[in-house]
Amino acid sequence: MKHLLDFQGWSREEVESLLDTARVMREVLERPVKKVPALQGFTVATVFFEPSTRTRTSFELAARRMSADVVSFAAATSSLQKGESYKDTLLTLEAMGIDAYVIRADAAGVPHQATRWVKGAVINGGDGQRAHPTQALLDAYTLLEALGSLEGKKIAIVGDILHSRVAHSGAELLPLLGAEVWCAGPPSLLPQSLPGARLTPSLEEALEEADAVMVLRLQRERMEAGLINLEDYIARYQITEERLGLAKPQAPLLHPGPMNRDVELAGPLADSERSLVTRQVQNGVAVRMAVLYHLLVGRER
Amino acid sequence: MILIKNVKLVDARGEQGPLDVLIGEGRILSLEGGEASLVIDGTGKLLAPGFLDLHAHLREPGEEVKEDLASGLLAAVRGGYTDLVSMPNTKPPVDTPEAVRALKAKALRLGLARLHPGAALTLGQEGEHLTQAGGLKEAGTALLTDDGRTNEDAGVLAAGLLQAAPLGLPVAVHAEDASLRRQGVMNDGPLAHRLGLPGNPPEAEAARIARDLEVLRYALRRSKATPRLHVQHLSTRRGVELIREARRAGLPVTAEATPHHLTLTEEALKGFDPLFKVAPPLRAQEDQEALLEGLLDGTLDAIATDHAPHTLAEKERDLLRAPFGIPSLEVAFPLLYTELHLKRGFPLPRLVALFTDGPREVLGLKPLHLEEGAEASLVLLDPKEAPVDPSRFASKARYSPWAGWVLAGWPVLTLVEGRVVHRVE
Repeated sequence: MKHLLDFQGWSREEVESLLDTARVMREVLERPVKKVPALQGFTVATVFFEPSTRTRTSFELAARRMSADVVSFAAATSSLQKGESYKDTLLTLEAMGIDAYVIRADAAGVPHQATRWVKGAVINGGDGQRAHPTQALLDAYTLLEALGSLEGKKIAIVGDILHSRVAHSGAELLPLLGAEVWCAGPPSLLPQSLPGARLTPSLEEALEEADAVMVLRLQRERMEAGLINLEDYIARYQITEERLGLAKPQAPLLHPGPMNRDVELAGPLADSERSLVTRQVQNGVAVRMAVLYHLLVGRER
Repeated sequence: MILIKNVKLVDARGEQGPLDVLIGEGRILSLEGGEASLVIDGTGKLLAPGFLDLHAHLREPGEEVKEDLASGLLAAVRGGYTDLVSMPNTKPPVDTPEAVRALKAKALRLGLARLHPGAALTLGQEGEHLTQAGGLKEAGTALLTDDGRTNEDAGVLAAGLLQAAPLGLPVAVHAEDASLRRQGVMNDGPLAHRLGLPGNPPEAEAARIARDLEVLRYALRRSKATPRLHVQHLSTRRGVELIREARRAGLPVTAEATPHHLTLTEEALKGFDPLFKVAPPLRAQEDQEALLEGLLDGTLDAIATDHAPHTLAEKERDLLRAPFGIPSLEVAFPLLYTELHLKRGFPLPRLVALFTDGPREVLGLKPLHLEEGAEASLVLLDPKEAPVDPSRFASKARYSPWAGWVLAGWPVLTLVEGRVVHRVE
């Protein structure tokens, strides 16, 4: 594993090995002194061409917990504002001796392009509508914690599937661990096909006997583009107590955040015991520590 | 006097030779040899009429950092083109007789390929107010188009066809429904959805062609002279079907296809390289097959490059922000000679027709055939293979989707009215 761009070509063993490492990291985070020297001397750059506070913070904390040096590059405060290209930005960082780049961009493929320009490891921190592999890994980790195994488990992903990098990466990763992924959303927000997932415009079909439900954030820009009507979406696709009754009892709820309360998810459910949102955030740091470790040090422990 | 000895001849009518072609006074004097000051051995090579490109973006005036007349017209003659139609979407757009005259005069001074400037159909290419077609025609414009933009106002397009009809000027359209295309950057379908890139559906092209054919019917009904519609860079199976039906029904419509739509598909986007970002986008295999059928059965008239140079830095932006366009003037013929003729058995005279008589007819020019007395605008093609090397392009766009492809049929000599404008020793 040289880069983490998506899960194309990944084996179950590779995923499980990464999640095993994440479990070790999770233990580290429970200790009073939450720091190990594993990445001492390495430098990790978070390069966010699209703003995102939570993913960037999670990656930076993960790198620091492993004693790596961290440099942070955010578009809003950078020379991109002065017209510098992504390539020139990355080449500038390359000249500073960066070992790993966490790249977030609003356009699909920017992390792939970056691998042609820099020598260091590239981690996709979310590229447009394409992929968000560390989100999928932390979702898988959280689901495994809650369900024990994903073998034969039905996972429902609900919302704007077409434009969701979280849904795309989930559909790529979860079946590798034996899960059956169902994606439900309004017809205009469903892709023509999504390898790894069954697609349905019927929320009920996806929720029926589901072992877990992942709720996606509804992006405001879809409404602005005239693709859906907000009231209609809430009426037909919001996850409510009643609809959740279709799923298995105690089926957990996941959300990648940030959440639009009372849009994709009924407010009280967000704070209920079934919500694993806090666990997701905690596990995100451990999973990202594991990814950095695998990319920079290798698998041997 | 130039003598090209022992050379095989090919034009839209067929192949003949080898013969000895004597050239002087800008004409082919004889196919039976004669005395000449310059003797070129044509053994193993092919002589064809000079090519005409209906669709090239030369970027002058205003965007000379991407291309200019000197670099673009040199690229053209290196590609075997003796004639070229430039697109008017420059900065500012070419929408006045003065601008057309300035381009023509400058191209004449350069003495490379002959320039037939395309002019805007509407002022500033804004799709609202028609340009002065008569004055533009007088200044030497070859066709009217708002290419780069889509003609959203059908009434303006109808009026444009009507005013161009008595002048014999074709109106060329970039047929995409902009409201259906939206922000699409690649062909819409499972692959675009998987790659997370906004899709531009094939139906956006088909819908706009269907509308434009109705606009043409309307103009035809209203006009005494024949209005002529030319559909640019056809890319979809459905688009080909619509043009085929329209021609069977006798509508005065012509169409072109590009080298990239004929040799590349959407699969090229898998590597996330904006070099392959183009409008209309690279489509599916079935669309490419339909284009080939259309080239064979006469539904399509011409292969046109849509040569669209940008700076490398622009093409290295991300896929949402990189500009649309693929440069191809210098590789178009060898590319299609190799990929269509040599590899797939596409008949050579038909391929040559798509570079010569086909596009000439779109502009209302007479056919150009290799016979005594014909104008000596010619290209000599070498069947020797060589890889595409963009670092040696005359175009300012020194990159190519076909870099490294090994092609045959490279132009080694280009003559415009008997004058050598390109020669590889």
